[in-house]
Formats: sequence, C-alpha cells, structure tokens
Amino acid sequence: MHKVYTNIIEISGDVITVEAEGIGYNEIAEVTTSRGTSLAQVIRLDGKKVFLQVFAGSKGISTGDKVRFLSHPMRVSCGEDLLGRIFNGSGLPLDRGPVLSQNPIDIGGPSVNPVKRIIPNKMIRTGVPMIDVFNSLVESQKLPIFSIAGEPYNELLARIAIQAEVDVIILGGMGLKYDDYLFFRDTLEKHGALPRSIFFVHTASDPTVECLLVPDISLAVAEQFALSGKRVLVLLSDMTNFCDALKEISITMEQVPSNRGYPGDLYSQLAARYEKAVDFETAGSITILAVTTMPGDDVTHPVPDNTGYITEGQFYLKNGVIEPFGSLSRLKQQVNGKTRDDHRLIMDTMIQLFASARETKEKQAMGFQMSGWDNKLLKYGLAFEQRMMSLAVNIPLEKALDLGWEILADCFEPEETGIRKALIEKFWPKK
Amino acid sequence: MQKRTGKIVKIIGNMVTASFDTYVIQNEVGFIVRGGLRLKAEVIRVRGGCAELQVFETTRGLKIADEIEFTGELLCAELGPGLLGQIFDGLQNPLPVMAQKCGFFLKPGEYFKPLDENAHWGFTPLVKIGDQLKPGGRLGFVPEKIFRHFIMAPFGLSGVLEVVNIAAPGNYTLKDRIAQLKDDQGRIHDAFMSQAWPVKIPIGCYEEKLMPHEPLVTKMRLMDSLFPVALGGTYCIPGPFGAGKTVLQQLTSRHAQVDVVVIAACGERAGEVVETLKTFPHINDPRTGRPLSDRTVIICNTSSMPVAARESSVYTAVTIAEYYRQMGLHVLLLADSTSRWAQAMREMSGRLEEIPGEEAFPAYLESRIASFYERAGVVRLYDGMFGSVTIGGAVSPAGGNFDEPVTQATLKVVGAFHGLSRERSDARRYPAIDPLISWSKYRGIIEPEKMSTAHAYLRKSFEVSQMMKVVGEEGTPLADYLDYLKGEFFDSVYLQQNAFDEVDEATASDRQVYVFDLIHRIMEAEFIFKDREEALHFFQRLRQLFRGLNSNTWGSEEFRRSESEIKKAAAEKIGVS
Repeated sequence: MHKVYTNIIEISGDVITVEAEGIGYNEIAEVTTSRGTSLAQVIRLDGKKVFLQVFAGSKGISTGDKVRFLSHPMRVSCGEDLLGRIFNGSGLPLDRGPVLSQNPIDIGGPSVNPVKRIIPNKMIRTGVPMIDVFNSLVESQKLPIFSIAGEPYNELLARIAIQAEVDVIILGGMGLKYDDYLFFRDTLEKHGALPRSIFFVHTASDPTVECLLVPDISLAVAEQFALSGKRVLVLLSDMTNFCDALKEISITMEQVPSNRGYPGDLYSQLAARYEKAVDFETAGSITILAVTTMPGDDVTHPVPDNTGYITEGQFYLKNGVIEPFGSLSRLKQQVNGKTRDDHRLIMDTMIQLFASARETKEKQAMGFQMSGWDNKLLKYGLAFEQRMMSLAVNIPLEKALDLGWEILADCFEPEETGIRKALIEKFWPKK
Repeated sequence: MQKRTGKIVKIIGNMVTASFDTYVIQNEVGFIVRGGLRLKAEVIRVRGGCAELQVFETTRGLKIADEIEFTGELLCAELGPGLLGQIFDGLQNPLPVMAQKCGFFLKPGEYFKPLDENAHWGFTPLVKIGDQLKPGGRLGFVPEKIFRHFIMAPFGLSGVLEVVNIAAPGNYTLKDRIAQLKDDQGRIHDAFMSQAWPVKIPIGCYEEKLMPHEPLVTKMRLMDSLFPVALGGTYCIPGPFGAGKTVLQQLTSRHAQVDVVVIAACGERAGEVVETLKTFPHINDPRTGRPLSDRTVIICNTSSMPVAARESSVYTAVTIAEYYRQMGLHVLLLADSTSRWAQAMREMSGRLEEIPGEEAFPAYLESRIASFYERAGVVRLYDGMFGSVTIGGAVSPAGGNFDEPVTQATLKVVGAFHGLSRERSDARRYPAIDPLISWSKYRGIIEPEKMSTAHAYLRKSFEVSQMMKVVGEEGTPLADYLDYLKGEFFDSVYLQQNAFDEVDEATASDRQVYVFDLIHRIMEAEFIFKDREEALHFFQRLRQLFRGLNSNTWGSEEFRRSESEIKKAAAEKIGVS
C-alpha cells in the first residue's frame, strides 16, 4: 500500500518539499496535479522533510497536490519488446504503442567489477574513413563528438548507427530538437535499422530536468541487452544539456558551485554514465557515442573538459568534417594492427604529410614564397580534404586504404613520403 | 563493551547525518544497517549533537531512522603477507574474490577479507623468548613472491616489548597467533602475521627520516637525465587530457628500479586499470625474471565507483607502501590521479556546506595534499636497514591550466615537476614532458654541468624557433640556426623515446650516461658549415643514425657499429678549433 501525502511545504525551482515518513533515498514518487501526473525523485531527506525533483517541472503544482511514493527507485522495463519502440525521458511511450511494465530493472545500478572487464579488441566499422582509418572506433569504447552547435553531429551519429555492425541501437536524446528527433526516426527507418533500435527521447520543449533520466534509462536497458550477449551501441545527444540540467538542480538545492556554476561532482556524475561502456568477459558489450556541444568552441569549458578526462578519446567535428588533429581514439592501437598490414602505415604517413600541408598553407597565407615541394603538399592537402575527410565519403576500410595509396601516388614520388623502401615495394600502386 | 548506535536524521547524496546515544569518535567507522546489508561509513564531522558520516557506498534506499552501529575503530588497512599481486578497491576489498562471489557487478555492502585467512605461510622466527624489541621490530619472516616478508611487532604498541612467546618454525595461517609480547606496563599483547593500521595515520616505526639523494631510475631518459626523481622523493605529473599521463605512469610502473610498486588508480578510467591488471601477469620483470604482478599491488577505485572510497583509496595505497618500506624495501607509489582524489574531497566539503575556497575546493586542500606527499621518504629502520617510499602523483588540471588549486598546492610540496604539454603531445613528441617548464630538485645520474648545457641548448633552440616564425629561416643567422638544430636534435634523439620499440622503450642508467656524453660532445663541438642547408642536412643524417643506435641493444655489435658511424659522420664536419 503506497501512502499518499498532500502537505507540500515548499516549491522552489523544480524541487518540491513534502513532509512524509519512511521514505527511501532516491525513491520515486508520483505527483498528481490538475494538469496530469509526473514522476519525481527523492534527492534529499532531512528529518520529515522529503525533497523531490519533479521531472515534469514544478509549474502548476499546488501545495495541496497529491504525492504518492512508490517505494522503489526509478525503474524501466526491458527486454525484446522494447525493440523498435520510442519512449520519452521517463520511459513512457511516444509511439502509440502499449505501456510496458514487465521485467522492471532499477536504473543507475552499481558499476562493473574491473576484473570482469576485458581489454577491448574488436573494431566497429563505420564506413567513415576519418574514423575507420585514422581513429578506429572500438567495441566498448566511450567516445564523445566535440563540436559547436550547428555542426552535423546528429547526421554523423545516425550514419554511424546505421552502418555499425551492432545488434541493438539505443538513442538517448536530451534536449533534442523535434526536427532532429524526426530525422533520427526517419533515417533509421529508411535504412531498416528501426526494428533493432530503441529511442528514449527528451525534446527541447520538454521540462529540462526530465532529461536527467535519459542516460540512466538508456544505459540500464543497454546493460540488460549486453548481459544477454548482445552488442549494443548507445547514442547520447547532447550530453551538454544533461550537464546543464544537473547544474540547474544543484543550484536550486543551494549547493556550492565549483566551476562556471556546475556542481562539484560533475566529473563523478558524467563518469557514472560513461563508465557503463564495457566489454563483458563472457557476454556482450556497450559502446557509447555521445555528443558534447562546446559553448563557444571552448574545449576548456567544464563539460567538454570533464568529458575528455573520462572518455577514451574524442572526435572533433569542425566545419562539417572530423578534424584529424583534435580527434583521438585512445583504443585504436588495440585494433588497427590486425586489420590490414598497411593500416598503421597509411594512418601515420598521411597524417604527417597532412600536418606539413597545413603548415604550408599557413605559410602561403602569410605570403611566403612557395617551393616545388610546397606546391606538392598543397595539392596533397586539397586531395586529402576532398577525397578522405569529407563526410560525404562512405567507403569500407579496405577501399579507404587503397584510396590512401592512390592519393599518395597522385601527389608524391615514393621516396618523398618517408616510407621505408621495403614497404614501398610492397604497397605503392603500380602504374 | 557496550554497543554504540545512532539513527539517521538526514541524507544528502553520500552523506548522512545521525543522532547518537552515547558518544562518537571523529573518523571512526560506522555501519549503516538496512535490510540485512551493512554499509560502511566514516564519521567526518560532529556538529550540533549530530555525527556526519560519509558513506562508502550508494545511499539509495536508505531511510530516516535507519540504525548505525559505531565500531570505535578508524578506517584501517589490513597489512600482512598476500598483498603483492592483489587487486583491491579503495576499501581494500579484493576485487577478484568479489568477482567470484558477486559476478559482473560490484555489490554494495559486501566486504571481503583483504588477505586470504586460510593460506599457509612458512614462518621462520627471528627472535627468541626474552628478546626485547620495539614496535615494528622483526619477529620473523615468511617468503612472499621474491621477498622475505618480515612479520613485525604491531606498529600500534609503544615502548620496549619483551617476547614472552614465539611460534616455532612452520606453516601458519593469518589466524594463528605467532607471538606474545609484554610491554612496559606488563600487559601481554598477541601478535599475528597480519595487523591492521589506520590508513590516515603514517606508520612511524623507524629511527629517522633522511634526505633523499639516491636517484630512482625510471629508464625514461627525459626523466632520469634532465628531471630526476630520488628514492624517497616526490614528483608530480600534471597534464591536460590526452597528453599521456597514464601511459607515462604505466611505463614507469613497468621499468622503475624499485622493489615494490603500488598503483593507486584513483577515479580514472576502468579500461586503463584493466590493461594493467590483464597484462602485468604476462610481462616479466627483467630484474627478477618473474611476472611484474609479483611486485605490484593495485588499488583500484575507478571513476564510477563510490566517491568516498575514492578518497580513502589513496590513503590505503600509501599505507601499504609504508608497510613494505618497514621491511627495508624501496617502494614506488603511483597515484593516478590526485585531482580525482581532491575532487572527492570537494564533493564532500560541498555536502558539509563548508565555506568554499578557490574553485570550491575546501580550504584544507593544501594541507591534505602536503601531508599525503610528506608520507614519502627514505628512512633508516631500527636495525640499520634503509627503506623508501617514493610518490609520483598524476594531476589532471581542469582545462589543462596549471594555475588551478590542485596543481599549485602539489607543486609546493613535491621535489620534481614533470609538466606535460598539449603542444608536445600534438606534435607526437613522447614522452610529452615539456623540458622548458619542468624542474627537479634532486640530483640525477648525469653530471650537473652537462645537464645545464643541455637545458641551455633547449632554451636557446626554443627562442630561435620563436624568432624564426617571424623572420623566417632566411633571416636567421647561421650560428643561431645551428643552436636551433642542436636543440631539436637533442630533443628528437634523446628526450623522445619510442614506447613501441623494444629497446628504445627503456634505457638503463649506464647507457643513459654513455649516450648523453656522446651527444654532449657533439653539441659542444665547433662545426663548420657552408650554409643552413648543409647544417640541416648534417643534423638530419645524424638524427637518422642516432635513431638506429637507439634501437640497438646496449653493448651489441650493432650498437658499436652505429656509434662509430655517428662519430665518423660528426668528425667530417668538425673544424679545427
């Protein structure tokens, strides 16, 4: 029997305080107002006072409204039935399908014992040369896309989702524009990926705090699939909105802010989510691709900064392309030695030459005279940008490596590339 | 003894406030009892008649009026044979045992004995009845991996102890009493092969603490030759994300010339710890021929594990390091990263609603950092042997900015600073320790005069390179250009080290001295070149030859051949001076 309380004594921001007894920390309650029912979570207990963050926001809550405690933490139902379904940030259907209630599991469970993890060793192919060749994505990796608002990060996420060889795709949308949500849905549907996808979508028009649940719900469901041996890809867009919601709640709760108003535990909060990425010793895996928009393209902003310390690298999306220099996949060494013999060679050589090409371009811009070698580099730089870097390029890894040789052969003599002679003889394209 | 209890009156995050019936002790451990679970917590403040406790587990589901049992004991580490090769969490739970019992996930409220109580150890006594010794004095030893693990009189006793009973040689478990000791007051104390020690209090059972002067060889040239670390010293490695702090720590943990390495993976990625704990059992330590895991203890409280346990993990690690120092061993403690530890303090301080200092870190941040690093040191033990604890802490400054409080507080108390820079790592110059900002107060393996020449060339080279950005190569005088080339040459063939090359990965100290001398002579030589192009070409050639030398085994035929080629090439351009 759930007790119902009606004595709300404080409403401040999206946090309400109600007097009640025997309530568990982090327990879930239902707040019923004249406008509907919302879920709320206990975030502080002080004697009889119970502080709840209301996910639908506190607008329109009356001090006489009913609060019903459910005696359990936030739960989400999971299993095969979820596939192909679309839910909101609290786990309620958005797609006119039935409400699911079987198999409920607690969200935000304990972390994986490090000794039960394995060293990641399987590459996820995406068809994007800038990822496959230069910064390979690895199963169980957690990787954010750093970019500024307006960059095609959602397009990139959708494309990776469609092409990645995974069993289940889970999209966690936080503050997603409605258009972007429709874009994800339509793109995945068009490519036949919807039946293996699950959406948890919080759109920009929904109450801010509701997005706090999205990563936990998405990852709890992902964890269940992974435990049953499935390879799961979780897409989270955009984690900066999640952090801003955290900021909002912590300020409301009068916590001392640490950096630009963000709470002191921002790192731990983000880590608790990202660290759910895992390759289980005898079961499946969770790979997390997230979007972190950087306010003002500032990588030292607390959100990208804390994220960078947690994740295993980052893709830096700038001017519509994945920048080779800010981007890094910390796990690429685990897989790129096993693909094709020339993978690392192409990766190193092309990047070094591209770095020189960039320098030359700067020199050109400053008005220095261009030598014959400089002109070769400029030609190479342009070819690299157009044929490799562009996100329009969509080819498998092997084709991309062949293309790499082709570009090199177009622009340089073999000895100019700095590649050892034995390897030149083996790989340099014969005309 | 009377059982003391309390009741929860307030819960915020991982902090609970409790009323209590009789008394509480600051920093004592209490257990919160809820539905058969017992969650460990520590009293961190007493205010207004209530005790405030940080809970080492998630507080989810706890209720007002839940009972707390106070233990009267401070948070302790269990010290005894069986620590080496083990993997613990921040509260010293053995993770492999937990994996066996609980499966994939960590289970809140489950605690396991850190040391295997049923294992038998072959004990050899070193004292006889009637002998007198001090706390920390040796009662006997058991073999543990490659070491003699000394069984010591409990550190917590005081005065002179008389042996009234000692076990005969033979096999014992940790539950067996191996000695009885009588103190000044005539009280009898039992001694076992293991003992508990409060982690936040340094073990001080030694004659004196000495000045660290002997170099600790890490086999990283940049560190050993230019910014050395001493046995018993302290150093820090601050750097932005992606600059290679963890890789540097991993390489150090493999190659450092010490007896025992304690790794505190504090609030960092689980994946990185996994790499260490899965590979170390398969890598042989060249000094002993045994797996690296035999000399390593891993304390692993990764970023998603409970925050309060993260704070204690650093203390648990340093206590274990001090314990092995008591045996006359040289111990290296690598903490990655101390910023996460500081952040854990910040989180707690925020919940305690203390007045925040800079960037909301608590005002006592500096003193906590200082007292942690002060636990390092070389000591002379009661029996005249020497032992040391060296502490190397990684720092992860927010935004890569070294002006932030944790880096600054750390710099004040360490003896060496290895600052990693984004520019160096972007330029793929590894290790990415920036020689222009780093420093060390310790004496290393290279003669100080030669060392300062090298520093001078690096500085000069940097100045010239800055100037060249403005005036171009054309406008740079040949002499300046030469200095620039020398600095770049020294950087690329000596400071940079290829972690993927079997030989180049680690350079022993005698080789470092030898090769440094060779380079030093080249740098100091008077070269005569027609023009800049010739100079550039010469140093490019030299670089290629040196890189070859770097991958030749020390003392091999190839090494000598490469060396004479270098000398010949250099001699061609040396004028009459």
